[in-house]
Amino acid sequence: MKGPDVTWYLGVAAFMFATGALGVLLRRSPLIVLLSLELMLNGANLALIAFSRLHGGGAGQIFALSVMAVAASEVVVGLGLIVAMARRNLTLDVDKLTWLRG
Amino acid sequence: MSSLVLAASAGNVLTWVVWFGAALACVASGIAVVSFSNPFYSALALIGNLASLAVLYLLLSAEFVAAAQVLVYAGAVMVMFLFVIAYLGGRADAPWAGGPSLHRFAAVGAAVAILVEVLVVLGLKAGGELSHPARISGDFGSPAEIGRLFLTDHLLAFEITSVVLLIAAVGGVVLGSHARRLQAEEAGLE
Repeated sequence: MKGPDVTWYLGVAAFMFATGALGVLLRRSPLIVLLSLELMLNGANLALIAFSRLHGGGAGQIFALSVMAVAASEVVVGLGLIVAMARRNLTLDVDKLTWLRG
Repeated sequence: MSSLVLAASAGNVLTWVVWFGAALACVASGIAVVSFSNPFYSALALIGNLASLAVLYLLLSAEFVAAAQVLVYAGAVMVMFLFVIAYLGGRADAPWAGGPSLHRFAAVGAAVAILVEVLVVLGLKAGGELSHPARISGDFGSPAEIGRLFLTDHLLAFEITSVVLLIAAVGGVVLGSHARRLQAEEAGLE
């Protein structure tokens, strides 16, 4: 394998996951929370593909493709919810959406 | 013979250069996604992040996943994101608005803890098993190989993926039509 070790790819994956987690915890706009969630999923995907290369098996790539499908589904439902909230004139702030709390 | 060795090391250096550029773009655009206050710019930064990730996938000889990444993610999913952001307008909070709070410190602490944990484990394991990647044949990661795996060894994952996508499509339609009915009812009441 030419170029950097798998370790370097895993470092980038860890950084992307941590950045996405920071965005999910820190930001209050649900749109940016969804974007940060995509960042976390892609960090996990990079780790899966790096390990797939390390072990020489295709299962990691299959897993990564399944994660992509789940991410696309999650975006459809998440954006549908955000548009429904905006149509009911709710504030788009995840800290203020508390009216489902018992 | 020496020219062969020279060519091999030149290829190695070139791979390092491409990796460094792609990894730097990945990290920078990841930080940009989290720190822009306008969601439109965040989405554009995420498109850049996904494109540079596709380069890293190519370096890991996952050609089909790289192509799917650009087509499905940077193409379809992000276009949907940009549509919704254009529909809702670019209103969002600034990342550090409101000054420091306990919540902010806890968020940064949790993210740093995840990063440090993974990096420490990687540092302990580096040089050992992680530096000896398996030998792969030429068709590793090619569309034919991925298709063969999907339809033989991982058929169940393939079928579950199709059911998940179908359910998500139905869910999107139900959410959209429900919101429209609510709006019509509210308009009728007023």
